[in-house]
Amino acid sequence: MGEALLTHKLEGERLELAASGSWTATHAGELETQIDRITGEAPNAKDVSIDMAGVREFDTFGAWLLERLTRQWAASGREAVVVGLPKHDLGLLEEMHGVNREPPAKAKHENPIVSAIAAFGRGGADFGRNLIVFAEMLGAVGLALGRVLIRPREYRLTSTVHQFDRVAWQAVPIIVLITFLIGGIISQQGIFHFRKFGAELYSVDLVAILVLREIGVLIVAIMVAGRSGSSYTAEIGSMKMREEIDALRTMGFDPVEVLILPRILVLIVALPVLTFLGSMAALYGGALVAWLYGGMSLDIYMARLTDAISITHFKVGMIKAPFMGLIIGIVACAEGLRVKGSAESLGIQTTNSVVESIFLVIVLDGLFAIFFASIGM
Amino acid sequence: MTKKNTVIKVRDLVVGFGDDNVLDHLDLDVRAAEILGVVGASGAGKSVLLRTIIGLLPRRHGAIEVLGVDLAHANEAERRALERRWGVLFQQGALFSSLTVRQNVQFPMRENLDISQRLMDEMALAKLEMVGLSPQDMDKFPSELSGGMTKRVALARALALDPEIVFLDEPTSGLDPISAGDFDELIRTLQQTLEITVFMVTHDLESLYTACDRIAVLADGKVVADGPIATMLESEHPWVKTYFQGKRGGMLAERQIGA
Repeated sequence: MGEALLTHKLEGERLELAASGSWTATHAGELETQIDRITGEAPNAKDVSIDMAGVREFDTFGAWLLERLTRQWAASGREAVVVGLPKHDLGLLEEMHGVNREPPAKAKHENPIVSAIAAFGRGGADFGRNLIVFAEMLGAVGLALGRVLIRPREYRLTSTVHQFDRVAWQAVPIIVLITFLIGGIISQQGIFHFRKFGAELYSVDLVAILVLREIGVLIVAIMVAGRSGSSYTAEIGSMKMREEIDALRTMGFDPVEVLILPRILVLIVALPVLTFLGSMAALYGGALVAWLYGGMSLDIYMARLTDAISITHFKVGMIKAPFMGLIIGIVACAEGLRVKGSAESLGIQTTNSVVESIFLVIVLDGLFAIFFASIGM
Repeated sequence: MTKKNTVIKVRDLVVGFGDDNVLDHLDLDVRAAEILGVVGASGAGKSVLLRTIIGLLPRRHGAIEVLGVDLAHANEAERRALERRWGVLFQQGALFSSLTVRQNVQFPMRENLDISQRLMDEMALAKLEMVGLSPQDMDKFPSELSGGMTKRVALARALALDPEIVFLDEPTSGLDPISAGDFDELIRTLQQTLEITVFMVTHDLESLYTACDRIAVLADGKVVADGPIATMLESEHPWVKTYFQGKRGGMLAERQIGA
């Protein structure tokens, strides 16, 4: 390192350069600075000759730097002569002579404010387009469901069972654990704060109503969106990337019917089941905390529970669950089909899928709250 | 570097998966500045051999020496230095899908060389023009390229650091015969101007005739025949005979002799 790759001698208006060492990729950085320095030192030189006889190694990097030097000189109307280049390296220089003739297209520079406004507008338009895409997917799934109802034998039962195993059965442990903990936490908070005015008993109402109406189904839907929605998007997206979806289509199958309908139906069935299990686990967690932390016996907890809740609360939670499953499925599959060729786009769509389905689940929950309030449930 | 010395030396190599040995005590030499074509039936272990030489697959027995470095005993720094001296063209191109064509070619330069962005841009353009791409394609993403263009970009990336050896895994598979012929010619020209050694795994008889200096045939985990086309045509090994003198091979052989 640090060896002189280029030495120069200025005689009047004639610049004589002598090259030596390795003109290769490894030394290209050094070589470039040396060339720039030397040409900067001799701005008035008319002719230049470059003696390449001392060069031990020569590759495309060296050849291009030499070509660039002669081209620079030629561009300002002066003459550059290359001498002493070994014969077998001439081909390489010749090759370099033809490249980089067209100036590369410069990236357009945009006003940052304008591009920020444009990005904002594009975001809004994308949001509207997303809703249309989801509506289309809902329609396509409805259509596929209609076809399957007419010809039930064409329904993919094996695939459904397999998906059910993955989405519902294998999710049970984690969902039960999380809802159990949440139930316990709500119960603890209720007891802690209600104790100040001697109303610990009402913490049971808090746990029961909150869990059955809202928290149970919401936690489960968010968990499923993160766990199964993301995997649906990734699966369908990578199938799209590897043209498996196109292959299905050319064989006369409808990808919606083969891949998407079973997945969405599974989610519609799985969410109520998981919500039920999750709610029970949360009530159990609440009971345990009430007993261990609040000193409330299990008999009292059960008695208070039967007083506090009615079947209506349970129904409110359970009615919402299948709709949450539908939304998660629609969003996940629609985003999966929007994956383009690159690995990056797969990541982007998977993120979008989870973010959008959680957002829509919460929006839907709000709409249901208004609906149930107005019909008095 | 003196001409015609051995750059890749494989001795007594055994590579296998599970109970099967795909390569069974295989010996192979690759000489400097030649194009070696490795052929064999599907599943004969051609790609396995290539992947073992470049260190992607573990071996069970034997020694591999590339450019005088024994891979089994090389430390991390020696391995990295060696990896800079070869380029690999994978079967599917293996371009980074989130980078543009230009960024794909610049990737090895950016990681390994200390050069200015301007020189890097110019070199990437030069390499891409050398493999026959136009400047308009520089900012495309790999998903927007055709099969032939993908292979060309992958070749440009393999050549990014001016390697001494280039490994090509089925460079012409999936290309139409005209593009495949162009690609063979391109490899030949680049090999001559850049004086590189080419290790090419292929199925393509045309490539063997037009591009390769020497051919090694893999069968039963060994190299069963090794030499230029003429040697292949005289070989008595049953697979070699069927391959080179079968319907498709025979036609090419006649054309070659007639020409």
